[in-house]
Order: sequence, then structure tokens, then C-alpha cells
Amino acid sequence: MLLVRRVHALGRVGVLFLGDMGKAVLCLCHALIGKPDWINGFKRLVNQLYFVGVLSLVIIVLSALFIGMVLGLQGYTILVKFGAEHALGQLIALSLVRELGPVVGALLFAGRAGSAVTAEIALMKSTEQLSAMEMMGIDPLRRVIAPRFWAGQISMPVLALIFNCVAVMGGYIVGVDWLGVDSGAFWANMQSAVDFQDDIVNGIIKSVVFGTVIMWIAVFQGIECVPTSEGIGRATTRTVVYSSLAILGLDFFLTAVMFGVT
Amino acid sequence: MKPNSENIVEIRKLHFTRNTRVIFEDVDIKVPRGKVVAVMGPSGSGKTTLLRLIGGQLMPDSGTVIVEGEHIPRLSREKLYEARRQMGMLFQNSALFSDLTVFENVAYPLREHTDLPESMIRDLVLMKLQAVGLRGARELMPAELSGGMARRAALARALAMDPSLIMFDEPFAGQDPISMGVLVQLIRLLNDALKMTTIIVSHDVKETTSIADYIYIISDGRIMGSGTPEALAESSSAWVRQFMEGLPDGPVPFHYPAQDYKNDLWEMPDAAG
Repeated sequence: MLLVRRVHALGRVGVLFLGDMGKAVLCLCHALIGKPDWINGFKRLVNQLYFVGVLSLVIIVLSALFIGMVLGLQGYTILVKFGAEHALGQLIALSLVRELGPVVGALLFAGRAGSAVTAEIALMKSTEQLSAMEMMGIDPLRRVIAPRFWAGQISMPVLALIFNCVAVMGGYIVGVDWLGVDSGAFWANMQSAVDFQDDIVNGIIKSVVFGTVIMWIAVFQGIECVPTSEGIGRATTRTVVYSSLAILGLDFFLTAVMFGVT
Repeated sequence: MKPNSENIVEIRKLHFTRNTRVIFEDVDIKVPRGKVVAVMGPSGSGKTTLLRLIGGQLMPDSGTVIVEGEHIPRLSREKLYEARRQMGMLFQNSALFSDLTVFENVAYPLREHTDLPESMIRDLVLMKLQAVGLRGARELMPAELSGGMARRAALARALAMDPSLIMFDEPFAGQDPISMGVLVQLIRLLNDALKMTTIIVSHDVKETTSIADYIYIISDGRIMGSGTPEALAESSSAWVRQFMEGLPDGPVPFHYPAQDYKNDLWEMPDAAG
């Protein structure tokens, strides 16, 4: 009996999960497919680019600086054992461009922008602002979700690129200025090792995927939240947890496809 | 369906359940054009749900909801959004957009639905704000408004598209006596001056009876009584009288159903026994 009950429970969780996925897909399709309203849509997009993208800059830049510095320090202590400290630039650049930039950038973005978007939409729901829009004959999905979604998708790769640049600078400060690696070797090795197509473009593709997933989770959790203070708290937490898991899981998948065994 | 010129809203044999709980059972409501109709009832009797059914935000299980001759539950999404432009709705907590000023809140539906030049939008918004007495408060943010002012600003926004039907969800709840008086007067005045039809959902008996032309009282999913305020005041139904006069005990008992009081006190909890 216990087994039957467990299978039953598993089935129910599965059905609920599939139902939620279906709802999320419908919600996104509804928000994005339709006649575009270029002028007002652009204004709303710029507004959201500021809230989602520009306001995330500080945390991205600061984290990138420290991560670059740690990479420089750790990389140097290991490379110097083999007398290979001149490869520090290569190590820093490749680990950043391929993995750390898109992944850590996305994790920070989920914590900063994703949670903010969920909380904002959830609060709009609980104060009946979304209902009010509906009753005015204005579709809240198009007005509220679409600009936030596009803003996330545009900001994420840009933020990831900024993250990479700042982190390389952080690595340079520690590696070259502090620990005395040759500046020319640092840059030359980096230049020869990093391939535009294989490394930089693939990194950008990753961050576009992550941006999409984060914003999708964030807006859906906001729209679907239980409109109470407890519900808003849960929705915000869920956005961060689900996005982080999705980012790490997808990162493995994308890495396997992009850089996997050939 | 041909528009019925006499009744702007017609609800027939409405059934609605939520999570197996029956909210409405065989409810008929007619709202005559140009009148102020109130729907009253205790908290949790589904009054707000009724407004959401009229606005098409919820779908009934069965029965018809007709607004301006349109069968609301059967409309496609686009048609429904179009039909809603004829309706204004004032939500219980005002639902002003918190990131926009009072002026922009009122201008919002105009900007979304029309291509009017900015100067005309400005004039229209100022006229609506003047009607609710908030022309001077147009640059304030919703967070800076008092409860009564927020409700008036939301009223101006609901009026922006000149709806033929306006619905108020608990307009008097949590208002001080002055803003209550202002709202009571505004609702009646605007209804008559703008030739609208008004539906008020409320449980404030005194204020509502002072302006309503016709009142429906609902409880437990059914209509317990209906009529003009005067007729209801003299109703023979004990339930209606208890509600209208606010008596603490009557057909709606003061005590939640429980076993005998004395037995309950004597009974030992299981753990102790």
C-alpha cells in the first residue's frame, strides 16, 4: 500500500509540475506574441532596462572585481609551482569567458533583478493593480510581463560581458601589479588562447539563455503568487532558488554541447 | 443578443462555486439603466465575486451574465477587453498604479486606448480630477494620498473612459466620516450627472441606503431580499431586518455552532483524562 501511495504522490507531483510548465509557457506566449506597440513598448522597455540592468551594475562590477582578484591569486599560486605563471592571463580569461562570467553573473542577476521583478509583479497583483488593468481593458501580461522579459534578456549578456572585463582587470591587478607576472605575457597568452567564436560567442549564448530563464521564472512566479505577504515572500524565494538551479543545470548541459568531447 | 435598453446588466440563474464551496446558487439580478443599485450582504458572501463575474474576470459555472446586451462569459478575449471599456471599476484598495502620479494614473487608460493629442488628454484628466476634487493633487504619488483621496483618484481613473456602467467594491470601507460623506455624495452626483449606471457592493447599511435606488441583499449564495431601501426597512423577513438594523443576534446567530456550553466546560481534555 505504501508503495502505491508513493507512486500516487509522485504522479500527482508530476502532473502539478507539468501543469505549471504548461501555464508558464502559455503565460509567456501570451505576453510575447501579438501586435507590437513600438513607441509605448520601447518606452516601457527602456524603463525596465534601467531597473533590471543598470541597477544591477554595482553588484556585478564589485563581485567581478573580487572574483577576478581571487582567480589571479589562486591561479598564480598553482601555476608558479610549475613555472608557468605567464599562463595566468589565459587561465583567468578562459575560466571567466566560458563559465564564471555567464554563470556567476546570472546567479547575481537572479538574486538582484529576478527577485525584484517577482516581488514587484506579486505586489501589483496583491494590490489589485493587475486586476485594475484588466478591468480597464488593458492586458496586464503584455504591459507588465513583456517589457521585463525583454529587458532581462538584453541586460544579461551585457552584464556578463561587463563582468568578464572587470574580472580580467581584477586578475591583472593581482597577477601583474602585485605578484609580478609579466604584463606582455599576461595579455599575449590571453589573446592567443581565447577564441572569439568558441569562447566569447558561446559565453554570450549561455548568458542569453540564462537571462531568458531567469526572467521567465521571475515573471511567472510573480503572476502566479498567492496574493498575501507570505505568498509574496515565498514567490520571491522560489524565483531565486529555481533560477539558481536552472542556471547551474543548464550550464552543464550547454557546456556539454559547446565544449564537450569532440 | 439584442441590447436590452432597460437593463444594463442582467444576471439569470447564476451558479458559481469555488473549490467546492458554493458562492452563488440560482441568483437573478437586474440592474436598470441610470439607477444606483446596491448589492449588500455580510462579509464573505461573494459580493466582490459578483463584480468580478460581471467584469468577466471570473466565469460562472452556469447561468447568464449579460452586460449591454453582450453575453460576458461567451465573449472572446478581445471582445471581452472591448466590452470592459464600457465598465469602470473601483477596487476596494483603490489599485492605483504606485509608480505613476495621480495625473498619470487617470491618463493611463486614455493613453492606452486612444490616440488623443497630449493637450486634450491633459484637459480630460483635469476635468475628471476636478469632478472628484483632486485637481490640485495631480502631481502627488499614490503613497502620498490619504485613503479617501486615493479612492477619489481611483474614481477619476475609472471615469476616464466615460463608462456607461461603474462598479464600486466596498467604497465606504475604512473611511473617516468626512471622506465617507464626500464619497456618498460623489457616487450619486456622478451617476446622475454623467448618466451612468452604478453598482455598489457594500455592507455599510446607512450610507448605501441613503443613495441606492434598489438593493439586493445576498447571503449564503442566495438573494435574501431585494427592493427599494424603504421597502427593505419594512421587510417582514427576520433575516433582512437583522441585517438592515445590525442586530447582534437573530436568524444569523451570535454563536458559531458548538456543542452545549456546560458539557463543553465539564469535558476533560483527552491528555488529562
